[in-house]
Amino acid sequence: MTEPGQKLNGSEIFFECLRRENVEYIFGYPGGALLKVYETLHDVKDIKHILVRHEQGATHMAEGYARATGRPGVVLVTSGPGATNTVTGISNAYMDSTPMVVFTGQVPSSLIGNDAFQEADIVGITRPITKHNFLVKDVRELASTIQKAFYLATTGRPGPVLVDMPKDVLNAVCDFEWPESVEIRGYKPTIKCHSNQVQKAAKMIAKAKRPLFYIGGGVITADASEELRKIAIDQDIPVTMTLQGLGAFPGDHPLSMGMLGMHGTFWANQAVNNCDLLIAVGARFDDRVTGKVDTFATQAFKIHNDIDPTNVDKNIKVDLPVVGDAKDFLASILSELPKSHENRSAWLAQIKAWQEQCPMTYGVEEDSLKTEFVIEEVSKQTKGHAVVVTDVGQHQMWTAQYYKFTEPRSIITSGGLGTMGFGLPATIGAAFGITDRPVVLFCGDGGLMMNIQEMVTAVYNKVPIKIFLINNSYLGMVRQWQELFHKEKYSFTDLESSNPDFVKLAEAFGCRAVSASTPEAAKKAITEALAYNDGPTFVEFRVVRKDMVFPMVPAGGSISDMLLARLNPKTMV
Amino acid sequence: MKHLISVLVENKFGTLNRVAAMFSARGFNLESISIGETEDAEVSRMTIVTRGEDRIISQVLKQLNRLVDTIKVTDLTHQPHVERELLLMSLKLTKTAQHEIFELINVFKGKVVDIKQKSITIEVIGSPDKINTAIDLFRSFGIRELARSGAVAIHRGES
Repeated sequence: MTEPGQKLNGSEIFFECLRRENVEYIFGYPGGALLKVYETLHDVKDIKHILVRHEQGATHMAEGYARATGRPGVVLVTSGPGATNTVTGISNAYMDSTPMVVFTGQVPSSLIGNDAFQEADIVGITRPITKHNFLVKDVRELASTIQKAFYLATTGRPGPVLVDMPKDVLNAVCDFEWPESVEIRGYKPTIKCHSNQVQKAAKMIAKAKRPLFYIGGGVITADASEELRKIAIDQDIPVTMTLQGLGAFPGDHPLSMGMLGMHGTFWANQAVNNCDLLIAVGARFDDRVTGKVDTFATQAFKIHNDIDPTNVDKNIKVDLPVVGDAKDFLASILSELPKSHENRSAWLAQIKAWQEQCPMTYGVEEDSLKTEFVIEEVSKQTKGHAVVVTDVGQHQMWTAQYYKFTEPRSIITSGGLGTMGFGLPATIGAAFGITDRPVVLFCGDGGLMMNIQEMVTAVYNKVPIKIFLINNSYLGMVRQWQELFHKEKYSFTDLESSNPDFVKLAEAFGCRAVSASTPEAAKKAITEALAYNDGPTFVEFRVVRKDMVFPMVPAGGSISDMLLARLNPKTMV
Repeated sequence: MKHLISVLVENKFGTLNRVAAMFSARGFNLESISIGETEDAEVSRMTIVTRGEDRIISQVLKQLNRLVDTIKVTDLTHQPHVERELLLMSLKLTKTAQHEIFELINVFKGKVVDIKQKSITIEVIGSPDKINTAIDLFRSFGIRELARSGAVAIHRGES
């Protein structure tokens, strides 16, 4: 490590800062504005650079890495098109509160604003989709800016931060200075919860007859699963989770209600609308969770803990807001709660009755393959222990429904933005961070093609990911809505005549690949894929084409009115 | 209802854009926004006039606070404060109207800042309501051009 005070150029300062931030991996792509950085990188041995094939891939890899490990993902791209290609990935990380630092090269300061070659105002472009961003105008500010960027990305509600570095700044030389601490006047996230609010919450929890935990990704970010588990089990409180919250509470525990919301379980949604106390932790009452807000949890006293005050009362008016970190909240609740609590056996029995009324089931036929079967089989064979990445669409919802997530940081999925093409690169990024658990991807045939170029990155780096392609040759979720709500006008969702031969395609990238179209073949392919660790492995599951995800709350509908199975579309409004 | 929000921000390029963009991205009303340096050269004060129900205003305040470059956000609406706006207005000058124009300038405690044969430019300082009234009353003389600064506001001092 370089001592402070030593003369370094901007590029050397860049790597020196990454070293001090304990960065393991950079996901990047070189270019004109970054030539100096890549010159320096040539001799950097302690930070590994992963060459992607498209800058969007780099951002999703960084996000996959960050979500799997809890550490910030780092992206390095050149100016102009390199920078604009990161926009979707940054936006995705912003919506899902993922810590990420994106470094972009920029044209020399003297040319900024002149429409120079490969110039884009990336700071202007990304202002609304970053937690914060910076243009470094002076090499003497580079180190402190990078330090601030990591601090902002990882503290409070995490998010992406972008640092734009003009070419001349990367070439200029100055004394290396590393400030001892970060001071940002306008940024003081509330970590510690207000003790009065916590005491009130604990009292409400102890006396509730029909309490329910509604858990979001904030619990995973805050590493608060253990506290949650203790409270729920000690107090007999059932737990429902959002898509991002899955794994915060073990999915195989009797108190787990699975996911709530649009494609949540019938019993979770019934519980929301019948509970007398809803304890929302690290969740934001997203429209995919609440459905029609006027009818959401109307009987419940609502406690809402979130680290971001803007989430409080944004979509739903709550009765007891508690701003602060989820771990601090749950740990404080745990210490405040009395040993005894209300008898909740009637409540739990009611939930069990709902479960029996509408269980999550699907039919299995010998000669055709259903996605639910594939996902459940992977869940069984990995014992719920894999890191599971998804793309966006039907397979994503089925994964949430049928994979039994048993530990936090197990599902990595594009929730807020719903980015098709997220899956494959995010899986690669996750596998760089996690090497002691299997890392699997469920992806549709539409989404896979959106970042297929990253197969190169997976194969070249021998990343042992399991790519499970759920191929129904449809943009399935859109097709489902077309069938249910758009008069069966299947506009541009049938991909059968245009899709490539996926097995051959994977093989062309140098990836081991097989196809399966029956339950027996699928089982065998999954077993073999999980046993193969010399690089990526690809299985195409040729599933039945026109399945739909149920249960379902139609958009804007009340979550108590779920569609439980395929209905005759003619009877629907 | 109308709200008057005072925001201390880092005096950096792009800060105004961050604030204005947040308003448009979230669909908040932005009636006026004015910005200038404070006694501390590193800090600027923004005065924002917006309208909305309480729930919206509460989101506006929280979203403003959430921006990294904002240092302090105060809703002055229900606190003792002084609010002023500057109006610069150029009017057609005719012999017949001349007398009336000068009388009206006096009523509003305005000033003549430029006068030519056929035009007169005046300044009026006051609350945005007073400025609205002034514009209404001067309109009949023929307004050639006008510029408003947007409101600036500050807490009243302690006794």
